[in-house]
Amino acid sequence: MERQNNLSVKIFSRVFSFFVFLFLYAPIVVVILFSFNVSKRNIVFEGFTLKWYGEMLNNSALLNSFYNSLIVAAVSTTIAVIVGTLAAIAMHRYKFKGKGIIDALMYVPIVIPEIVLGISLLSSFALANVPLGNITLIIAHTTFSMPFVVFTVKARLSGFDRSLEEAAMDLGANRIKVLLGITIPIITPGIISGAALAFTLSIDDFVVSFFTTGASSVTFPLKIMEFVRSGIRPDVYALSSIIMLATFIVVIASQVAAYRKSKE
Amino acid sequence: MLFDKTKFTSKTVPLFVMVSPATAWLVLLIAIPLLYIFVISFCSTTESHNIAFSFTLKNYIKLFDRTILSIYWNSLSVSVLTAVFCVLIAYPFAYIMVKTSPLKRTLMMVGLMLPFWTNSLIRLYSWRTLLGRNGYVNDFLIYIGVINEPIEMMFTRSAVVLGMVYTLLPFMVLPIFAVIDKLDKTLIEASKDLGANFIKTFCYVILPLTAPGIFAGVIMVFIPSLGLFFVSDLMGGGNNQIIGNLISRQFKEAFNWPFGATLSIMLIAITIFLVRVYTKKGGKLDELGAV
Repeated sequence: MERQNNLSVKIFSRVFSFFVFLFLYAPIVVVILFSFNVSKRNIVFEGFTLKWYGEMLNNSALLNSFYNSLIVAAVSTTIAVIVGTLAAIAMHRYKFKGKGIIDALMYVPIVIPEIVLGISLLSSFALANVPLGNITLIIAHTTFSMPFVVFTVKARLSGFDRSLEEAAMDLGANRIKVLLGITIPIITPGIISGAALAFTLSIDDFVVSFFTTGASSVTFPLKIMEFVRSGIRPDVYALSSIIMLATFIVVIASQVAAYRKSKE
Repeated sequence: MLFDKTKFTSKTVPLFVMVSPATAWLVLLIAIPLLYIFVISFCSTTESHNIAFSFTLKNYIKLFDRTILSIYWNSLSVSVLTAVFCVLIAYPFAYIMVKTSPLKRTLMMVGLMLPFWTNSLIRLYSWRTLLGRNGYVNDFLIYIGVINEPIEMMFTRSAVVLGMVYTLLPFMVLPIFAVIDKLDKTLIEASKDLGANFIKTFCYVILPLTAPGIFAGVIMVFIPSLGLFFVSDLMGGGNNQIIGNLISRQFKEAFNWPFGATLSIMLIAITIFLVRVYTKKGGKLDELGAV
């Protein structure tokens, strides 16, 4: 009886997980498959071709938007990591007036709908007469990604032994040396995962970007939305497949590395 | 005296250097902008679509306009259905993840997150190939004899819900996984020893203990789903508008920023209400940030 029960639980688990992954990956299979499709309409697969990968290289509007997304993501992630890491260290270490307020403000971009952040930034940029473009885009992206850096770094710090820092201080190291030589190396994994998260959020962001950029600066998601009106051609799928392949490799490699480390 | 001075500088200077950039950023780009939209929600517009800074409540009265009630209704039903389906999928999935071996757990977690490193617009768009009139799902259903004629699946409310579930599912899985993982196994054993079957144990022991995770997940799914207007654009094709579409339109087409701000204040009020209930019930804010 018990055994039979276990078996049915096992079968249910397998079948259920299979359908969840089918749901998650079916659209991705479509993107990859139809990037090789002869027809430019993404309705039925008519035959294999590589021509869209060539066309993609000539689609400068598409490539430029992706290039711009990379720049915005790289700059906003860098700012978010520096500002966020310092704040996380200070908030972990010290008690000070207004800490509760800062803490609460950190949760705001995580909890409120993105559109609210987008329109409030748009209104404020308009009020301050800041022209919309890459600068406003970078500022907006830093705003929603910084709290995530703070949280990942704080999570790492909470499992960290303060006595190491004190020992270094006793041995005569100054504050900067302790920060660079001990604190930063210990929280590096937290910084890396925070940075990865910030970068992904930025690259994929549509809603906040939609409101905080001007005609001069288009990102990859905004360009895709523009293409949707006339129907997305397989060259967009081709670029997406390449990006996907690259991220899959990075993610899987880092997971394998983490898994091996945890085994040691 | 000297001791006090070193104590003062040794704490205050580094603290100030480390905290002030983040504080300035949060105040200037989150607190002030939100206060500003609160202010303009009480303003009106001039003929040339600029904001006229004179006090009025008409935007708040306009919230109850007959013509937009149907959008609220559509939006709320999409969000409720999204939250329900996310729980129904995420709960068993998280449960399986906890029960399985560490290697499989890692694989499932990576498998769950991997799609989210790809552009969400592209992933939503390609559903058209699957759900369209000549799509693979229709072909399959006709092949197995469930239907005779292709059915309209894209650009319906169901398609919008499907898109929302597809976009937001991990935000439900992660908090539920966290609570099931921390569940005290001895309580389940005790319940079994006392003669309860799995269904009873689940309803009286497991479910109440994991409810905070479900609540956290519902917050992380329900609130964004009110605003993700691109999902309704891509999957609903303009016929299935949500509150996010309404706000977006005020800023990009109608140029009625004060009314758009008022609608946003309404979303903030809903958010604050749900988060307050969550924390009152003993939920931790930290668990909402568990990404």
